[in-house]
Amino acid sequence: MITINSYLRLAGLEPLIIRPETNFVNVGERTNVTGSKMFARLIREGQYEAALSVARQQVENGAQVIDVNMDDALLDGVSAMTSFLNLLQAEPDIAKIPIMIDSSKFEIIEAGLKCVQGKCIVNSISMKEGEAKFIEQAIICKSYGASVIVMAFDEVGQADTRDRKIEICQRAYKILTEKVGYLPQDIIFDPNIFAIATGIEEHNNYAVDFIEATREIKKRMPLTKVSGGVSNVSFSFRGNDHVREAIHSVFLYHAIKAGMDMGIVNAGQLVVYDEIEPTLKQLCEDVILNRNNNNNEATEKLISFAETVKAKGKETVKDEGWRNDTVEKRLTHSLVNGITDYIDADTEEARQKYARPLDVIEGPLMDGMNVVGDLFGAGKMFLPQVVKSARVMKKAVAILTPFIEQEKEDRKNAHLAAGTVNEEAAGAPKILLATVKGDVHDIGKNIVGVVLGCNGYDIIDLGVMVPTEKILETAVKEKADIIGLSGLITPSLDEMVHVAHEMKRRNMNVPLLIGGATTSRMHTAVKIAPQYDHAVVHVLDASRSVTVAGSLLSQEQKPAFLQNINAEYEKLKDDFANKKSVKQYLRFEEAQQNTAPVNWNNFSPVTPSFTGTKLLNDYPLEEIAQYIDWQPFFIAWEMHGKFPQILSDAVIGNEATKLYNDAKALLDKIIREKWLTAKGVVGFWPANKIAPDSVDVKVDSSLIRLEFLRQQIKKAAGQPNLSLADFIAPESCPQQDHIGAFSVTIQGIDTHIKNFENNHDDYNKIILQALADRLAEAFAELLHKRTRTEFWGYISGEQLTNEQLINEEYAGIRPAPGYPACPDHTEKYKLFQLLGGEEATGIHLTESLAMYPASSVCGWYFANPDSKYFGVGKIEKDQLADYARRKMMSMDEATRWLRPVLE
Amino acid sequence: MKGLKELLKERILIIDGAMGTMIQRHKLTEADYRGERFKNWHTDVKGNNDLLSITQPDIITGIHKLYLDAGADIIETNTFSSTSIAQADYDMQSLAFELNIASARCARAAADEYTKINPDKPRFVAGAIGPLNKTLSLSPDVNNPGFRAVTFDEVAAAYSEQIRGLAEGGVDILLIETIFDTLNAKAAIYAISQYKRESGNDLPVMISGTITDASGRTLSGQTLEAFYISVMHANPISIGLNCALGAREMRPHIEELSAMASCYTSAYPNAGLPNAFGEYDEQPHETAHIIEEWAKEGFVNIVGGCCGTTPDHIRHIADEVAKFKPRELPVVEMN
Repeated sequence: MITINSYLRLAGLEPLIIRPETNFVNVGERTNVTGSKMFARLIREGQYEAALSVARQQVENGAQVIDVNMDDALLDGVSAMTSFLNLLQAEPDIAKIPIMIDSSKFEIIEAGLKCVQGKCIVNSISMKEGEAKFIEQAIICKSYGASVIVMAFDEVGQADTRDRKIEICQRAYKILTEKVGYLPQDIIFDPNIFAIATGIEEHNNYAVDFIEATREIKKRMPLTKVSGGVSNVSFSFRGNDHVREAIHSVFLYHAIKAGMDMGIVNAGQLVVYDEIEPTLKQLCEDVILNRNNNNNEATEKLISFAETVKAKGKETVKDEGWRNDTVEKRLTHSLVNGITDYIDADTEEARQKYARPLDVIEGPLMDGMNVVGDLFGAGKMFLPQVVKSARVMKKAVAILTPFIEQEKEDRKNAHLAAGTVNEEAAGAPKILLATVKGDVHDIGKNIVGVVLGCNGYDIIDLGVMVPTEKILETAVKEKADIIGLSGLITPSLDEMVHVAHEMKRRNMNVPLLIGGATTSRMHTAVKIAPQYDHAVVHVLDASRSVTVAGSLLSQEQKPAFLQNINAEYEKLKDDFANKKSVKQYLRFEEAQQNTAPVNWNNFSPVTPSFTGTKLLNDYPLEEIAQYIDWQPFFIAWEMHGKFPQILSDAVIGNEATKLYNDAKALLDKIIREKWLTAKGVVGFWPANKIAPDSVDVKVDSSLIRLEFLRQQIKKAAGQPNLSLADFIAPESCPQQDHIGAFSVTIQGIDTHIKNFENNHDDYNKIILQALADRLAEAFAELLHKRTRTEFWGYISGEQLTNEQLINEEYAGIRPAPGYPACPDHTEKYKLFQLLGGEEATGIHLTESLAMYPASSVCGWYFANPDSKYFGVGKIEKDQLADYARRKMMSMDEATRWLRPVLE
Repeated sequence: MKGLKELLKERILIIDGAMGTMIQRHKLTEADYRGERFKNWHTDVKGNNDLLSITQPDIITGIHKLYLDAGADIIETNTFSSTSIAQADYDMQSLAFELNIASARCARAAADEYTKINPDKPRFVAGAIGPLNKTLSLSPDVNNPGFRAVTFDEVAAAYSEQIRGLAEGGVDILLIETIFDTLNAKAAIYAISQYKRESGNDLPVMISGTITDASGRTLSGQTLEAFYISVMHANPISIGLNCALGAREMRPHIEELSAMASCYTSAYPNAGLPNAFGEYDEQPHETAHIIEEWAKEGFVNIVGGCCGTTPDHIRHIADEVAKFKPRELPVVEMN
């Protein structure tokens, strides 16, 4: 017999069940126009996109429910609530959690309830306008299936004492359960959190009243829940976040013990109770529990303490007080804050203090890095900060290394002299990292290396384009404890499968980590893990790599960790197998009949201003820089969010701004000192579609035939099965159509990378790599614009902002071989042939068809107004066979190149 | 005579199969759909199956009887699209109320006839409330995700009219089915609770959602459990799944639902997945064997068929599950 417990159950796209063992439920408070000035401004200005990112931040910071409030005199609350919630429903990463609809106006609450499919919480209803109104509103909330927060408020007023709070809540409970039919678990009480330490004696017991009322309410009505707006309690300290956060934390500590279940908090801004400095904690305890508070004594003490903190907080000059600490604390401070100014002197001081130079690394430096690792793991530091810490660490180690080598040499000589054997103790665990053969992308891998390095691992980085043999031989020779593979382009997936296969053949047993943009848990589970009998783990990003490596190298954790991973991968494999049969495909001939509906009869293609190619050597970088899309730059640093909103983000805004300023400074330097060179080539040629998926390009007197792939999935009625060939006019069209192509590259990065490496400056190295990528993309964007308006000239008078360009609002497209619209990388050979070969720009194609230098972009130009970006999706055997025939490839070879689009 | 709740405790009840599949067999023409009354109607009406309850009531009643012969305890009214919103496709929005009454009466007459013949096997009429062709959680315009083609109030009003029509035609149960957007279903639940408050007629409610792919989510993106939590306030007599997937693919979801639902459970899958021509190939005994296994595991209380199933499917299902006890209601802990 199944037993079902009477828990509070809520839902967004996913369920949230509040069980007795559920810890405190965080309700995100920033999507509230009364509480967040920034959110209020965004809503007033109709910037809903940015407003959504505020919601997203709350979810990312661990909010389990988000509170949405549009009570602003300047807003039409009903319409703002409706617009915001409708938009929010389209964002699965936010809509996955339940919504708390918050308003003092019932019509706004009802408007919100009409937009949300999940089970919401209404915040709030009360008996302040009498029982009849209360019942009426409760019935409406129940018809929408919402749980309700009942505020301890009746005809007389808002309850402030323990007894009044209990009395009102009990009365409301009786009405809701007996007259309205509410289930007890769907009732949440808000017994009013009021501000304390206001200087008014009557307010001093407000926190105690809340805590004690909570205890009694939960005793009398155990299935109900208790909630509250936590930030009210510290209202008299507004402007002093440091003290406010401490008060919140101490208040919650006691209220949760008394039975408080949930609260509206700033999910990104809660200090850990244990980490509050003892003096402040003690003062907060006294004020909250109203102890030692005769004549406002405790209150006065906290206020005067707050004054000192406030003064410190406002200080803009550098606080150099930490320089007076011990050398160990100074090193930690430098590491945590990424300060290189004093590291040389401090390291030298420590070296003289400690017996051996190695002790400095294993002692104070590793202690400092452990602090960094812990803060990062807890989400209190962000990637750019960690990379800066690593820079400090590397500099310190570089100072110590000669001394360590000297010591080793001395010991060796001593052993030699004494005729004994030299046994050096095993050092830190070793992790070998490599970007696989054929692939040149390594920003992500470098970041993983830095983060793991910060956590005490010894990193062996083999760089890019590393053949399997070299990876495995080095791993054996160096006794690597873990091997990590990275890759960005799709052929790298096969290469990783190959590495796993070889590891099994060689009877290796070290764990294999898989990471990089094209990799996925699904691919790892279905294709890579089955090749190797030992651990194979997909690692989503740098921040996960630490826990994964830690689990794999811990004898205690490893078995359970692997068991979980294996179970998860088995499930993914099953899901994959099940999913396969669900999708329906057309026969290829049928798909070829269902082409894009382009009307060629009324079509007059524009002739480009030239045919053949045009080289653009040493293109001005300052012009290119204006077209940079910064968002991917931040993503490379694992900082997610829209640009420029990310700079003012409540949580990562500070760090994002610092990173942005550093990047801009480096970019200025790159331009001013001409570190890098931009080279590009663009070309146009007459072209005709000569078969459903084949296009002939006329170059002088010869023809080059391009082959495209076509969507084969069964579409809804009236929807075409697209192929890029559909956007080129057939020969029957009276006027000659054209196709274009381009490639761009950013050269000259290597020497500067080397300089940064010599300087132990991973931070600027990664910024430089990411900037070079951005410049290549920006150059492609700029070139496409000039193509549209000038070189090909099929658009006149285009007026698009950079943002519109990034959103691809232009006419015509520039798809790249190897990407969703034309997934076959091997067509790049033809593209390069047309553009004058590798010599034209100096881009080299690797055996996996990656472009080297890595900061390169290429693609086709289609000018047809109907052309658009799409993904080919999966194709069936019949198309594969036809394609192989057209490309004169064996089925095996075609299968290898097209594997990502095959089931 | 035993009531629905009593019977649910005793055995697994059978709900009927596809209406559309059976109507197709009659190969009706435009003129057949129009009948005498709509012979001059200004739009084509062929395909408006719900209209047949007015223009060809004998065909509809005949199909109901085939399912009752096959052993169905519950038959569904021919009202999947009988709302003013769905009928707007044929410009027949003003007929919505009448369509519901007519369809309910067809089913009522057939059910009563069979109950009279064998009072030990009473038959019930479930008023079918379909999902609509417009959704409240999804924007039809990819460039404008905040846009909605219809409002909650419009949907609730359309359902309200349908519910009053079904009740007037004499249904025993209200069945919200093929739910792919939970918010549409919540509008129907809202309309039902309003109707119940105003009329005092406490009709039992059945709820049946649709999982559209192997990820186990509804089209509007909810997991099965989130969907269940979001409609629990209807206090339904049963919760279940229908359509979209065949029985084979539906199994894990029914198992999951059976473990979490505090009410009875229902399942009426399609006859497998459609082939490339949109036809269903799964044979009656095949569907029945899969459903038999659910009954054996104790997952279900009400079973039947959806798209592509026929009276033959229902007969096989009814035979196979007769030997098993129904799923027992879970115990709800009140502390």
